[in-house]
Amino acid sequence: MLRLFNKIRKIGVVTEPVMPGRDPAFEEIGEQLHARVGELFSGSLAIREVDAGSCNGCELEVHALNNPYYGIERFGVHFVASPRHADMLLVTGPVSKHMEAALKRTYDATPDPKLVLAMGDCGADGGEFGCSYASCGGVSKVIPVDGVVRGCPPTPLELMKAILALIEKRQGG
Amino acid sequence: MSAFDWLPELLERFKADYVLIHEDAAVTTVGRARVLELDAEDWGRAAGVAAKFNLRWAGGWADQLTDQLGGDKLQINACLLHQGDVLLLRTRVPVTTPVLPSHTLHYPGADRMERHTQDMYGVVFSDHPDPRRWARHHAWGENEYPLRAEFPRMGTRGDMPARTDDNYRFLQAQGAGLYEIPVGPVHAGIIEPGHFRFTAVGEQVLNLEQRLGYVHKGIEKIAVGRDAVGAARLAGRVSGDSTVAFTWAACMAMEQAAGVEVPLRANYLRAIMAERERVANHLGDIGAICNDVGFAFAFYQFSRLREDWQRLSREVFGHRLLMDCVVPGGVARDIDAAAVAQLRAAFAPMKREMRELMPILYDNPSLEDRLITTGFLSESLARLLGATGYVGKASNCDLDARRDLAYSPYDRFKIKVHVFQDGDVLARMRVRADEILISLDLIDELLAGLPNGDVRAEWPMPAAGSEGLGIVEGWRGETLVYVRFAEDGKIARLFARDPSWFTWPALEQLIHGNIVPDFPVCNKSVNGSYSGHDL
Ligand code: SF4
Repeated sequence: MLRLFNKIRKIGVVTEPVMPGRDPAFEEIGEQLHARVGELFSGSLAIREVDAGSCNGCELEVHALNNPYYGIERFGVHFVASPRHADMLLVTGPVSKHMEAALKRTYDATPDPKLVLAMGDCGADGGEFGCSYASCGGVSKVIPVDGVVRGCPPTPLELMKAILALIEKRQGG
Repeated sequence: MSAFDWLPELLERFKADYVLIHEDAAVTTVGRARVLELDAEDWGRAAGVAAKFNLRWAGGWADQLTDQLGGDKLQINACLLHQGDVLLLRTRVPVTTPVLPSHTLHYPGADRMERHTQDMYGVVFSDHPDPRRWARHHAWGENEYPLRAEFPRMGTRGDMPARTDDNYRFLQAQGAGLYEIPVGPVHAGIIEPGHFRFTAVGEQVLNLEQRLGYVHKGIEKIAVGRDAVGAARLAGRVSGDSTVAFTWAACMAMEQAAGVEVPLRANYLRAIMAERERVANHLGDIGAICNDVGFAFAFYQFSRLREDWQRLSREVFGHRLLMDCVVPGGVARDIDAAAVAQLRAAFAPMKREMRELMPILYDNPSLEDRLITTGFLSESLARLLGATGYVGKASNCDLDARRDLAYSPYDRFKIKVHVFQDGDVLARMRVRADEILISLDLIDELLAGLPNGDVRAEWPMPAAGSEGLGIVEGWRGETLVYVRFAEDGKIARLFARDPSWFTWPALEQLIHGNIVPDFPVCNKSVNGSYSGHDL
């Protein structure tokens, strides 16, 4: 146990940007995000992530948002287990035909008003997989989409910027 | 390496069991694999002989052959491994009556891959114990087979929305106090979709049945007609966490087909990336396994290390997950001396971190309580199902393609393989921790000995009908890709086999008798790929 506490003490806080020289852009975006989430979502933006056919590459980068560098929860953004608790759906992958119905149901289960962010080149337009007998293509082919973040996969920073842009867009519109 | 010194004896046994091997086969090798062609009616018996001979079943797929190669035939393949040698059993059946015996009776691990072939090609495995659909949900018709040549890439249903996967006949159990828990396809966490059907009594899992295929996106179909570069890109997205492994295996197969000699420096760089992929995923998994039993300390520590690791990958190779870094003929870009120094500098700190962190994990009584004996997989079951990678190694299956197949550049190094006998969640975590240390050493050796030279060979036009079979040790285990080229240097067939095909069924077994709340940690300890399996 002592070793455990020692390790915690030694590593300290790595959360950006306390370690100098690491991506100050992130903190800036984070602060903006924090402020907007504060204004628009009473300080708490709940996101339900839905893999609708992804290769799992995008999921790895969504996971990264929860690591101590990014620690997206400190900006009021958290990933929830049920669409019924969600303000936003973050959808990855080309929508496989086999996930089409499940994605629609997830969308329907999300209370209004809701936002949908399509993630990755696949989420944007089907990406490397395109459209086929097994793939519907981009997320917008199946449910209404409010924002898109491209990349294969997008980096955690790009993803966070897209989340910020999307809620700002809602504020504008 | 034995170089097939066991083959004469196997051939004798085939003969004794009336399995007729065609002496006049046109193709005798695919890459390093020896091809044995036989009659369709002998297909099942051949598997019986092979299983008794302790050959490991490592994959099965079909391929529709066009006119000049044999008319309207479906070629059925089964890949078997033994003592570092690769054997490819082959037979042909007419497209009109594609019926042959199953391998599943002798190799239970063949079950789902045969059902995949059944759904995708309409092959009937006559004595298959479980002919339910597998890859097919309701996106295409019962009598339509997406991988048949005549099936259009866009399918036959236009934009018609697909029904949910209803009417699948799950195993039913009835009795007082028994209940079913359906989970998925959309799961509570940030993970891939799939369906799990538990039958439980109280907290105890009596049975688990998986229903996968939700992320089936037609990879095998859309591979057809791609050039080598496009096929490599696609292979790199079969399972995004294994992008290096799949791209390497696909490139290896295509390079065999095209007769390309990959520069040694490129192979070193591929290996460095493959080891980096292994370390990154193992780091993530160790944290996630601990997190699934509520030990957040490890989750944050290991996700921190993973992030450091990925950032370095991006700096040096240009991509956090190393996508598209391996290309046909070599690697996409070279690294300079400064980058080598940068990669080598990461070695000591990571080793120190591991040396500090792992004892904390191993000493923690609450972790011990949750991980030891949980999700036990016996060695015999692991072997029966064909598990490789950390799942196999945790159950005493001493298999590692880097050592056993000794492909370049691993033939120049001594590859350490750690196996455990315990077969539980802790053992699967320990294999990962040990492999991180082994990979760190290996990366350092690779960097120290990095030869000079080109990093990419010229890509020629592969001959029509040329084939290749790439096998590499990915972070999940043995990863296999088969390719065949058509006339114009374009892909005619690409089959990618993730190690998860064999570990998903293992998860169904190892969960027996565990409590439902331990499922997440058992699942994470196996960490099967959905995308890699669903294709
Ligand atoms: S965008 Fe790239 S990483 Fe994301 S699901 Fe598609 S192929 Fe995978």
